[in-house]
Amino acid sequence: MSFLLEVSDLEKSFGGVKAVNGVSFGVKKNTIFSVIGPNGAGKTTLFNLLTGIDKPDSGSILFNGKQLVGMPPYKIASHGISRTFQNLQIFFNMTVLENVMVGCHRLGKASMISAILCLPSTLNEEKVMEEKAIEALEFCGMADLMDLASDSLPYGQLKKLEIARALASEPALVLLDEPAAGLNDTETVELSQLITKIVDKGITVLLVEHNMGLVMDISDEVLVLNYGELLAQGIPSVIQKDPKVIAAYLGEE
Amino acid sequence: MRLLGLGIFALVIAILPILFPENYYITVVGVTMFFHAILAVGLNLFMGYAGQISLGHAAFFGMGAYSSAILTTKFGWNPWLAMGAGALLVWCISYLVARPILRLKGHYLAMATLGFGIIIHIFLVQYDTLTGGPDGLSSIPELTILGWPINTDLRWYYFAAIVMLLSILFSLNLVASRHGRALQAVHGSEVAAQMMGIDTSKVKVHIFVISAVMAAITGSLFAHEQAFISPDSCSFFFSIELVTMVVLGGMASTFGAVFGAAILTYLPEFLVVFQDFKVLIFGGILMFIMIFLPEGLFVGLRKIVSYLRQGRKECLSS
Amino acid sequence: MRMYEQLLQYLITGITVGSAYALVGLGFAIIYNASDVVNFAQGEFVMIGAMSAIFLHAAGVPYVVALALAVLITVAVGMALEKFAIEPARNASVVSTIIITIGASILLRGAALLIWGKDIYGLKPFTGEQTIHLGPATLLPQNLWVMGGTAISVLLVKYFFDHTRTGKAILACSYNKKAAYLVGINVKKMLLISYGLSACLGAIAGILIAPITFFTYNAGVMLGLKGFSAAILGGMGNPMGAVAGGLMLGLLESIGAGLISSGYKDAIAFIIILLVLFFKPSGLFGKSAGERV
Repeated sequence: MSFLLEVSDLEKSFGGVKAVNGVSFGVKKNTIFSVIGPNGAGKTTLFNLLTGIDKPDSGSILFNGKQLVGMPPYKIASHGISRTFQNLQIFFNMTVLENVMVGCHRLGKASMISAILCLPSTLNEEKVMEEKAIEALEFCGMADLMDLASDSLPYGQLKKLEIARALASEPALVLLDEPAAGLNDTETVELSQLITKIVDKGITVLLVEHNMGLVMDISDEVLVLNYGELLAQGIPSVIQKDPKVIAAYLGEE
Repeated sequence: MRLLGLGIFALVIAILPILFPENYYITVVGVTMFFHAILAVGLNLFMGYAGQISLGHAAFFGMGAYSSAILTTKFGWNPWLAMGAGALLVWCISYLVARPILRLKGHYLAMATLGFGIIIHIFLVQYDTLTGGPDGLSSIPELTILGWPINTDLRWYYFAAIVMLLSILFSLNLVASRHGRALQAVHGSEVAAQMMGIDTSKVKVHIFVISAVMAAITGSLFAHEQAFISPDSCSFFFSIELVTMVVLGGMASTFGAVFGAAILTYLPEFLVVFQDFKVLIFGGILMFIMIFLPEGLFVGLRKIVSYLRQGRKECLSS
Repeated sequence: MRMYEQLLQYLITGITVGSAYALVGLGFAIIYNASDVVNFAQGEFVMIGAMSAIFLHAAGVPYVVALALAVLITVAVGMALEKFAIEPARNASVVSTIIITIGASILLRGAALLIWGKDIYGLKPFTGEQTIHLGPATLLPQNLWVMGGTAISVLLVKYFFDHTRTGKAILACSYNKKAAYLVGINVKKMLLISYGLSACLGAIAGILIAPITFFTYNAGVMLGLKGFSAAILGGMGNPMGAVAGGLMLGLLESIGAGLISSGYKDAIAFIIILLVLFFKPSGLFGKSAGERV
């Protein structure tokens, strides 16, 4: 069984603190893989390592067989990995549609000269990108908002916008960083439906979440981190019954 | 839509000297305004769209101007080749400085560009055997296009206008493209931009170099138009004027930059009436606009207009 | 023997000029700490202090009173700047605030131009012009006043921040305005005091060096810029670092002018800015910051 994403012996320290300590796992194609753990377990650090924002001290990250360690974030993204952010990183200086069109960036090839001179290659590209962006917005049920200024949207919509933007680049793997944070029950149900739709399209999803209901509901596989180490890994029903996991979250008796 | 605006603008510029012939404010000050507009449009790409700061752009203007002046007066070069050489020089220098400087952000970036600008200025003043020192260089030969000399106010007016309109067009095209969105993404959130596959340092370097070369070419044109160049034209104060044009007009708006350039070119002309109060009033206006209309005049005026329109509607309905 | 003689002279000049830079840099650091603003009008505080002193004295006001009044006038200007320009624009972007203080600098220069014209003026030295011989070097009594005055001012400022309630309250504001507000500190008043203090230091620098350097309406510009260089060298936001930076800058300029060329000496301050920002943006004594994603 070959993995889309294969992480081996990942290590990262900040000062004297070991944020990620020898973590290894594999994500199969077209699945929902969730990473959970108590606060401070190293989930966000793991995400930052996977996306190149931080460099691991040692270990390897293979994506479709390609080594990602040492690559700058923009290069990793250009290989077909996209991401949403826990603390929204929306481009508030642009409209909803423009935000998503930035997501299409890696699909474009026309040069700056072509853009400045408004050559056909740019014009064609613009049309294609706009179509793809609108598609992504429709997929997330936001197409009617596309011309609005992004800073006029409420929080829940902004979280969906990030997802639409991440999908616009036609990635193979999407990393969702606490997508349910701050959402109410209705919005969370919408979110789980959306994520399932994403996987149905053929995209693989790697999820970091605190919302246990959501995680156990939709995940194909769950990985539990604690103090930077892999505590347990398996299908949701097994993880939920694992005594080590329960102890980590609720404390020892 | 924007092209329509550009077209109307071009039309207005074209007929003004015909409607008001021999008018100093149109032909002479107008040329200066066109040069300022090109500078502002270029700087606006860097500051307004990409969200960076430069307090030293006058240095690039000066380097272009002095390259043209020195190569034509001291070495007898063809003015167009000299302009090209100046642009190439600035291209190289701005590229070299770009990477280390653009790692900085906010205040630090501002101070670094300020330092760079002043160092260049000091060099231009001190290296007087080459640059003529504080007195500058004069007798800069005129520009000719295929044998046709640009040697009257009117010819300079139309020539500068064409260059300006082209710069505006190129800027509008760039902004409406994938690259333009990449610029704005860098401003919006560098980390998110990177996750979209945008090499943010490359983007910043490229736009810095583009705006620097635009400034250099404008400098060369200025040198030929004035037939004279001195360090006074490219001092720290001029860098500040350029930044003010961009901010005053409204950042992230090509026409805003042109608007800002227009205001900052004509305002001192009108303030001359106030003689000794001129500097004081200028500073006051600057402060007032930045404190109460921080998004710039262009956006600010638009808001005032729509606010007034709303008010009128409410009056009519009641 | 020549080398040593020259070196001592450079040292004296360097520390004198450096003291002025130190005071300007210190004032600049205080404002930056308190309000996150790069105050381009800092140099104008120096100019206003010097010019006011010169003119009050020339108008017949007793010498010491003129000096004191000059400082008070500058403090008033500094506080007015805070109240009418900085306070209303407290949520503005970095570029906006930069332009506001630049506007203030232009406004103050315009006012100076109006009141005092373009001429150059000097101030009578505090205690006469009898040259003092220090080995092979010479100095004026005013040099000693500059060095001593600066040292005392710096020590008083340090005491103020370390040991007085108001000083500590201002520090609290610079670390976290909201938290300071929540524990009952009147943040607005603290900002006002910071600007006043900063202006006071600028004015002191002005009246200390006015007898040595001549002043005119735009003499503050370069002083302000070099004060920034001092603050950056010492580490943005580190007041004592700014003082050290100022002294170092003064010495480097003096030695540079002597050994290389006096024409290019102004460039030293700005080369320092670039070098520091390229290689160690936190300065010699500052802390580095990071960004959380």
